[in-house]
Amino acid sequence: MDISVSLTVNGKPVSATLDPRTLLVQLLRERLRLTGTHVGCDTGQCGACTVHLNGRAVKSCIVLAAQAQGAEVVTIEGIAAAGSLHPMQAAFRDHHGLQCGFCTPGIVMNAIELAKKHPNLSEEAVRAGLEGNFCRCTGYHNIVKAVLAGAAAMRR
Amino acid sequence: MNAPLIGQSVKRKEDLRFITGVGRFTDDITAPGQAHAYFLRSPHAHARIRSIDLERARSAPGVVAVFTGDDLAKAKVGGLPCGWLITGVDGKPMKEPPYPPLAQGKVRYVGDRVAVVIADTLDQAKDAAELIEVDYEVLPATVKAAGARAPGATVVHDIAPDNTCYVWALGDKAAVESAFKSAHHVTTLEFINNRLIPNAIEPRAALASYAPGDDAYTLYVTSQNPHVERLLMTAFVLGLPEHKVRVIAPDVGGGFGSKIYLYGEEVVLTWASKQVNRPVKWTAERIESFQSDAHGRDHVTKAELALDKNGKFLAMRVTTTANMGAYLSTFASCIPTILYATLLAGQYTTPAIYCEVTAVFTHTAPVDAYRGAGRPEATYVVERLVDTAAREMGIDRAEIRRRNFIKDFPYQTPVALLYDTGGYDATLTDALKLADVAGFEARRKDAEKRGKLRGLGYSTYIEACGIAPSNVAGALGARAGLYEAGEIRAHPTGTVTVFTGSHAHGQGHETTFAQVVADRLGLPIENVDVVHGDTGRVLFGMGTYGSRSIAVGGTAIMKALDKIVAKGKKIAAHLLEAAESDIEYDRGTFKVAGTDKQKTFAEVAFAAYVPHNYPLDKLEPGLNESAFYDPTNFTFPAGSHICEIEIDPDTGQTRVVNFTAVDDFGKVINPMIVEGQVHGGVAQGIGQALLEGCVYDPQSGQLLTGTYMDYAMPRADDVPYFKVGTRETPCTHNPLGVKGCGEAGAIGAPAAVINAIVDALAPFGVRDIEMPATPERVWRAMRSAKLRK
Repeated sequence: MDISVSLTVNGKPVSATLDPRTLLVQLLRERLRLTGTHVGCDTGQCGACTVHLNGRAVKSCIVLAAQAQGAEVVTIEGIAAAGSLHPMQAAFRDHHGLQCGFCTPGIVMNAIELAKKHPNLSEEAVRAGLEGNFCRCTGYHNIVKAVLAGAAAMRR
Repeated sequence: MNAPLIGQSVKRKEDLRFITGVGRFTDDITAPGQAHAYFLRSPHAHARIRSIDLERARSAPGVVAVFTGDDLAKAKVGGLPCGWLITGVDGKPMKEPPYPPLAQGKVRYVGDRVAVVIADTLDQAKDAAELIEVDYEVLPATVKAAGARAPGATVVHDIAPDNTCYVWALGDKAAVESAFKSAHHVTTLEFINNRLIPNAIEPRAALASYAPGDDAYTLYVTSQNPHVERLLMTAFVLGLPEHKVRVIAPDVGGGFGSKIYLYGEEVVLTWASKQVNRPVKWTAERIESFQSDAHGRDHVTKAELALDKNGKFLAMRVTTTANMGAYLSTFASCIPTILYATLLAGQYTTPAIYCEVTAVFTHTAPVDAYRGAGRPEATYVVERLVDTAAREMGIDRAEIRRRNFIKDFPYQTPVALLYDTGGYDATLTDALKLADVAGFEARRKDAEKRGKLRGLGYSTYIEACGIAPSNVAGALGARAGLYEAGEIRAHPTGTVTVFTGSHAHGQGHETTFAQVVADRLGLPIENVDVVHGDTGRVLFGMGTYGSRSIAVGGTAIMKALDKIVAKGKKIAAHLLEAAESDIEYDRGTFKVAGTDKQKTFAEVAFAAYVPHNYPLDKLEPGLNESAFYDPTNFTFPAGSHICEIEIDPDTGQTRVVNFTAVDDFGKVINPMIVEGQVHGGVAQGIGQALLEGCVYDPQSGQLLTGTYMDYAMPRADDVPYFKVGTRETPCTHNPLGVKGCGEAGAIGAPAAVINAIVDALAPFGVRDIEMPATPERVWRAMRSAKLRK
């Protein structure tokens, strides 16, 4: 039996009638066509599907869409106004913090929350904070630099 | 006039779409009316399929069709081909067992495809797959390469009753035997090069559709080489005319080799899209990636190095058993042979080398190229031997390398390669400085005070990139060409689209190739876009593997550029009423030498497409040129990696505290991108050395490392910042002087890490440790060495 879910996604109200098994990431990608949120592992380990749910970074492949009832969800498509970049997005480009770009949206979403939570991020804190995000391309070197620079830019 | 772009760290053109979430990966694409496919896979490593009952699945809600291997056989769908024929020491061709896209009669590894269910939704397809009843007769499995040829081992394929695909050898056996007899010292090591699972973060995916009106197919697929995919699929498997199949590899989320190959899923979807007359989509779940992406490495090796009393290498003897898995993946056969044994000279003048490779079948997933592909395995052999020999003979580990470095080029190795150029002493000298090796003893003492064991390890590696030329490779068994194609299309207003047969899945070709073209034509880089990954737009291509893109693909583009400039000169000569021989092209402008008469590139392009004032009697309109380039030789990047580690003796936990890589990639087009490639490769190399290892249960053949809870991927806090330097000894046989950089990190790093661990543990009497050097293995090595004392 289908259920209905209402929530806010990137500032816009959204309602959908769904199979109760539907995951938040499926709602975002398949119903709302917000395909910037990716699925890398479907078991909550790779972090490619990270979005903000009521201000917290969550892995949308292990959250049911039903659990987002009434929530505010922000995805990579919603962190900056059209035509502009969030400081964290800009930092990833400036520091070559991405290669294939598949894990990038999830890492940017996690990094934004990290920066908000920790006013004085250290290299060590960034590395520990990125434990839940895999990147197979960059060796994390430039990702760490980008997160530190993006966090500094967010404080300005 | 525009500033030079080659050698500049230009920010990447492709980044904007990825950081804003509007990249276009295969799974992001939805075709109207698409159905979803789910593959039922074997839960057993080896079983006979007695029967498959599809009745309940076929009548389940939403199900469009269910197909098995029998359906494909009836439709005369062929097996997946192997792209390289290895001829054994007995002069006979390798054993090539059938590799059906869906299993026929037997399943041969956990994850082998048994049936495909196509339904309106993915959930319906999965639910219906649960209703398929397969009656398996479970059989014993051969899992480890080491025991695959033992008497009584279960046979994987009837055509190879001893589970042997081939026994192959390279080198002068007699010269090696004689050198070993007269050696002052012989160093012997036996080791395993651990099996790895590639783990691109984007799982494999495909979306196939059929257009009845055109009788044509379109396949979106996570591929590193869409033209090769199309060629193999049409010519060898489906028997379709090539011009009726378009393969598009849009944004691809990492490959590392695993997306080179033609996989059964892609073939089945393409075929099925016509049967069901609907687009069909499939995206792997991560467990399917673990089970069914081609794995890498998996060698068992005995290696010996003969030395004289001064530490000069006299000969090397290597015997390797390589695991092919259950079927021959697209390039499986050439990895432990052509791309392995040929690299065993390393950076050294070892005069005699003999290598024998036995490739075996087992009931495990197919094994093929994974970042480095044969070259990391060769480097591990050479660099572990060299380090061990230095320790045994009491020679400094940097010094023994210097004593044996090749200094005169070109250099013909005893294992078939002709190195065109190199500067090994210089990269080592740079690396010693950058790693502050002089300060290491002080750091070791400091670590000791903190209760930690610190070690330093070297790896001075070589790799061979841009495998070529095609005719030589053909004589060695290659069943494909090894050239690359490029096309430059100048538009009427002077902007340019570059079409390349190379494919980018993280490497940044859209920027690097645009830099080359914009630099050569003297155009702003914004005016140059690069198109790749679509057989419908790009004339041809062999794709991206073996760090070949800039050396082979870049050179094809350079050749096309030469043609563009040559034609532009003819047009300019007409417009400027000058002799063609007087026209010079200088950074965006055609000039009459010695005058101020000139036309911009845009003016010439416009004249080519609006040919009102144009030599139509002598010259075709338009400004569009293409070129194919088949290299005359490999390129030979090389470098020095130095790893510094600390071990907690209480837990065996090893941390990489410094990693230095000084690489000679020839001319560097974009230093930022090249450094990024090194970082990523080194992290994968550290992953192999410390964390990653694919484990099958040795009896049942069940994959024990089938999730991210079991397979340890390098995370951000497993690696340090890397120190990266480059030297530029230009390649002598391509116009850019480039060599390639994509795999170097993964090739050099594992030996550097293990050499560092052995350095730290040497005082305990430890002389070797198996990869991955997990805390348990390190702790046990220390403990058993202590007990021995």
